[in-house]
Amino acid sequence: MSTVEETADSHDEHDDDHHDHGEFIAHHFDSAEQQFDSGKLGIWVFLVTEVLFFSGLFVAYVLYRYHHPEVFVDASQFLDKVLGGINTIVLLFSSLTMAWAVRAAQLGNNNFAGKLILITMICAAAFLGIKAVEYSHKWDLYILPVSYYNYMEGYHPEAESGGIAGTLHISKWLVTLSMLPLLCLTLFSAGAVAMAATGKRLMAQFMLGLAIMMSGYFVGAFAGQTYQNWHEANLEAEEHAGDHGHDGDHAGDSIATGPDSTSERPPQIGVFFSIYYCMTGLHAIHVIAGMAALSWLYFRCLKAHFRPDYFGPVDYVGLYWHLVDLIWIYLFPLLYLIN
Amino acid sequence: MTDSHQHDHGFAHPVSVKLLLAVFSSLVFLTILTVVLNDLPLGSADIIIAMTIATIKATLVMLFFMHMFWEKGFNVVAFISSLFFVSLFIGFTLMDTGSYRDDIDSFPEDKRPAPRVDRTAPGVSSNTVQPMPPATLVEGSVNPLAKTNPYVRL
Repeated sequence: MSTVEETADSHDEHDDDHHDHGEFIAHHFDSAEQQFDSGKLGIWVFLVTEVLFFSGLFVAYVLYRYHHPEVFVDASQFLDKVLGGINTIVLLFSSLTMAWAVRAAQLGNNNFAGKLILITMICAAAFLGIKAVEYSHKWDLYILPVSYYNYMEGYHPEAESGGIAGTLHISKWLVTLSMLPLLCLTLFSAGAVAMAATGKRLMAQFMLGLAIMMSGYFVGAFAGQTYQNWHEANLEAEEHAGDHGHDGDHAGDSIATGPDSTSERPPQIGVFFSIYYCMTGLHAIHVIAGMAALSWLYFRCLKAHFRPDYFGPVDYVGLYWHLVDLIWIYLFPLLYLIN
Repeated sequence: MTDSHQHDHGFAHPVSVKLLLAVFSSLVFLTILTVVLNDLPLGSADIIIAMTIATIKATLVMLFFMHMFWEKGFNVVAFISSLFFVSLFIGFTLMDTGSYRDDIDSFPEDKRPAPRVDRTAPGVSSNTVQPMPPATLVEGSVNPLAKTNPYVRL
């Protein structure tokens, strides 16, 4: 089995010459370029529908902020700028590697394109890991959508969380959220081992890539939770140091443990979090969909499908991925940076 | 740059690595800038500044990462037209609610949605509205709703 695969691999360059140039061209297209242009128009129209899809939530945001600006100023104090900023940079970096992967595919360098796509997938998973830390911290504090919003001043969730999660200072919600990624990581790793054992090199490599992608989630979650614990310890230390002196720096900073947050919060503050969860949640669903699409590209890169006259799929998924990035570029200042 | 590449790669226009890295570093710079500016007391100008920076970032991503700089005119028009429709959507909705603003702001308190309904407590029908808990807690005490809130059970 493995010998067959190996011969196929070693004759890759040869194969290229013998490729029928119409291998991936559907019969109703005259040329590779015509097929590419049609696909390009199709993906742009899809992006238009995506923009309009998100615009409903942006309208909800604009309207609510227009009528209740005070709610937004108050509520965004619960969002951590540092975690949001790190997530922005993670997404921007994934956009860079994606654009670079398009270039590599255009030059027919499948090996390099595959690596860059894998980095993009890892960044996507790390983004979700950091997002999971942010969500779980809010859920701990009952900062929930409007009808479940039940945050109380001075409430410390540590009082309740027992067990291993409590002693390690990990939110129990984060543990719950991490179950699915953990399951995927286990399945993909097991799959990689099984495929390698049965000599299916290509599938083994693909499964390994998926497992590496899932481990990106845990890197993100670990980094986020470490920051979160460090940040809380800082706030507590400040609280104990007394209220003299340095409140200037962190006055606008998060979070629940802040000593002197306003006692009268606007009653509609939960509506902000309904909007927040809808917008970031829909965005996160798009990130997950992007991870699935990127996995497919990774597989095709492993099969060395892309050439200077056939790189459409990488380009299309790339455009989608950049749109996900574009939406986050607007979500970040709109939700996190309100003063 | 494009012309020379056009001959080499047919309809593919590979963007140079230098340009990609330059765009990425300016995006990171702008992200840090917008976070730093947010801490400064800029008053009501901060939303305008933040949105301007976001739009510059979005333009950079569209032009170079999404290859719009080299894109066919029709595709560019198709995509940009979506922004036109979004602005119509937002603009008309704002105009509409603006004209009903007094009604919205004076919406009676008792018609606002109930804070939350506890469906798990025995003897409480699902229509019973639990009063909102006090806004503050005594230091060290446990959240009284923790036991009944279905959203915190593991």
